[in-house]
Amino acid sequence: MKTKLSARNLNISFGTKQVLKNIDIQFVENEITALIGPSGCGKSTLLRSFNRMHDLSPDAKITGTLQLEDLDLYAKSVPVTQIRKRIGMVFQKANPFPKSIYENIAYGLRINNLPCDKSIVEKALREAFLWEEVKNDLKMPATRLSGGQQQRLCIARAVALRPEVILMDEPCSALDPVSTLKIEELIIYLKKKYTIVIVTHNMQQAQRIADKTVFLYLGEIKEEGPTHKIFDSPENEMTANYIHGQFG
Amino acid sequence: MLFKSSKISAVVEWGTLLISTVLVCFFLVVVIWEIVSKGAGQLSWDFITKVPSAGMTKGGILTPIIGTVMLTILTALFAIPFGVCCAIYLNEYAEDNWLTRTIRASIRNLSGVPSIIYGLFGLALFVQALQLGTSLLAAGLTLGLLSLPYIITTTEEALMRIPNSTREAALAVGATKFETIKDVVLPSAMPGILTGVVLTLSRAAGETAPILFTGAAFYINNSNGYLNQEFMALPYHLYMLSTQHQSIEEVRPIAYGTALVLIIVVFFMNLTAFYIRFKYRKSATEM
Repeated sequence: MKTKLSARNLNISFGTKQVLKNIDIQFVENEITALIGPSGCGKSTLLRSFNRMHDLSPDAKITGTLQLEDLDLYAKSVPVTQIRKRIGMVFQKANPFPKSIYENIAYGLRINNLPCDKSIVEKALREAFLWEEVKNDLKMPATRLSGGQQQRLCIARAVALRPEVILMDEPCSALDPVSTLKIEELIIYLKKKYTIVIVTHNMQQAQRIADKTVFLYLGEIKEEGPTHKIFDSPENEMTANYIHGQFG
Repeated sequence: MLFKSSKISAVVEWGTLLISTVLVCFFLVVVIWEIVSKGAGQLSWDFITKVPSAGMTKGGILTPIIGTVMLTILTALFAIPFGVCCAIYLNEYAEDNWLTRTIRASIRNLSGVPSIIYGLFGLALFVQALQLGTSLLAAGLTLGLLSLPYIITTTEEALMRIPNSTREAALAVGATKFETIKDVVLPSAMPGILTGVVLTLSRAAGETAPILFTGAAFYINNSNGYLNQEFMALPYHLYMLSTQHQSIEEVRPIAYGTALVLIIVVFFMNLTAFYIRFKYRKSATEM
C-alpha cells in the first residue's frame, strides 16, 4: 500500500472565492479512487491541481503541499511539462487533437522525445481497447470516431506516455451506457499499471469501479474510505444523504 | 379572422425579406453585367500580356497587372506574419487587463479608418521619414498597415473559436504553451485565419487611395515590379483611365477591360480562400 499521490493542507481559491479548504488526501498506488460530491464541491478543482491545470488561470491561488511520491509538484525546479507527462489526464468531453488517429497518439510521444513508431502506437491503442476498431483507419481524422471511441482514444493518448497516475474528470458523463461500460472495464484493467483518480457524478459507477471513495462537500472532505463502506455504512449524515440522492 | 390576419402578416414579413434580397442581388447583377458586357470585348491574350502603348490608348495592361500582383505579395509578406503573431499574442499570451483591452479596441477602431488616411500616413512615414521614396516598397508597406487590423481581428476571432478543452488536451500530454499553439491551436484555427487573410488581401489588392501618394504611377514605360521604383497598379490604372486621361472616351473600353480583370483577380483570390478551407475541412481538421 504505497502512497502515490498526496495533498497536504491544500487550499485553493479563485479570486476571493475559496474552493478547497484544508484538503489532506492520499491516493494509493494501483488503486482507483473516486471523488464524489455535488456540483461545485471542488472535486474537479482538486483533480486538476495535481497536473497543474490551474496554471492557466491567473487568479488561482494554491497553498499547501502536493506530491507525486517524494516530488513536490509545485516546486519551481520541476518543469510542468514533466509533471504532466507523469500524471496523465482524461477530460469530461473527449477532446482528440484535430489530427489523425495515429497522430493523436504519436504527438505526445514526439513532444516528450519518447520513441515513437507504429508498434508503440498500436500498444497504446490496444491498451485502450480501441485497436481492433481502428487498425485499418489510422490515418482517419480522430473527430470521425464516435464519442465513446474518441474518449478511449483520449485514454490511449494518455497511457501512451506511460504515466504513473491518470486523472479522469467525469470521463463517461457525455457517453451512452454501452460506451460507459466499455470505459469502466478499461479503467479497471488499467489500474494494474496505473494509479487512477476519477471524478464521477454517477454513484453506480463509483461502486462498480472504485476501491476507495472520497466524498467532498463545499470544498472539504467530509468522508473517505473503502467504497463499500462509504456506500453501505457511511458515518457522515451528509454522505448518506448524498449517496441516497437526497441532494446533489 | 385572427387566423387570416396572422397569415397576411406572415406573407408581408416574407415578402419584405424577399424583396430586400432580390433588390440587393439585382444591383449586384447590374454592376457585374455592366462591367462584363462592356469589358468582355477587350479581354484577349494580348490585353493581359502586352504593355500599354500609344499613350495608353492601345496595347494591354500587363504593367498594372504585374504591379498589383507584386504589391499584393508585398502586403502579404508584411501583414500576415505581424498580424498573425500579434493576434496570437493578444489571444493566447496577454493578460486580460485594461492595457490589452485598450490595444484591442484601438485595433478594432483602426479597421474603420478611411483608407486615404493610411495613404497620407504612408506618405509621411515610409516615403518621407524613412526615405523610401514613392515606390512599390512604400506602397506595399502602407497597404500592409491597412491590412493589419483586419488580419489581427479575423485571426483573433478564429483563435477565440478554439475551445479551451483543445488547448488542455495538448497541455495534458506535456506540451509547452508554444507547442500547444503551434501544433494544435493554429492548425485548428487555420481555415478561419486563411479566410480572413485572403479576403483582406483581395480587399487590399483593389485599394486605390493608399497607393495614390505612396508609389502608384500614372504611366511607366520600363518594366514594372522593382521595389524602389514607382509602379502601375490595376485600381489606379482604372481610376486614371476613367477620370484623368486626356481622351477618356477613347480609352473607355480599356477601362472596362481593366475593371473586369480586377474583378476576376479578386474573384480568383476569394476562390482560393474557399478552396483552402474546403481542403482543410476534408483533411484532418474536421472541427
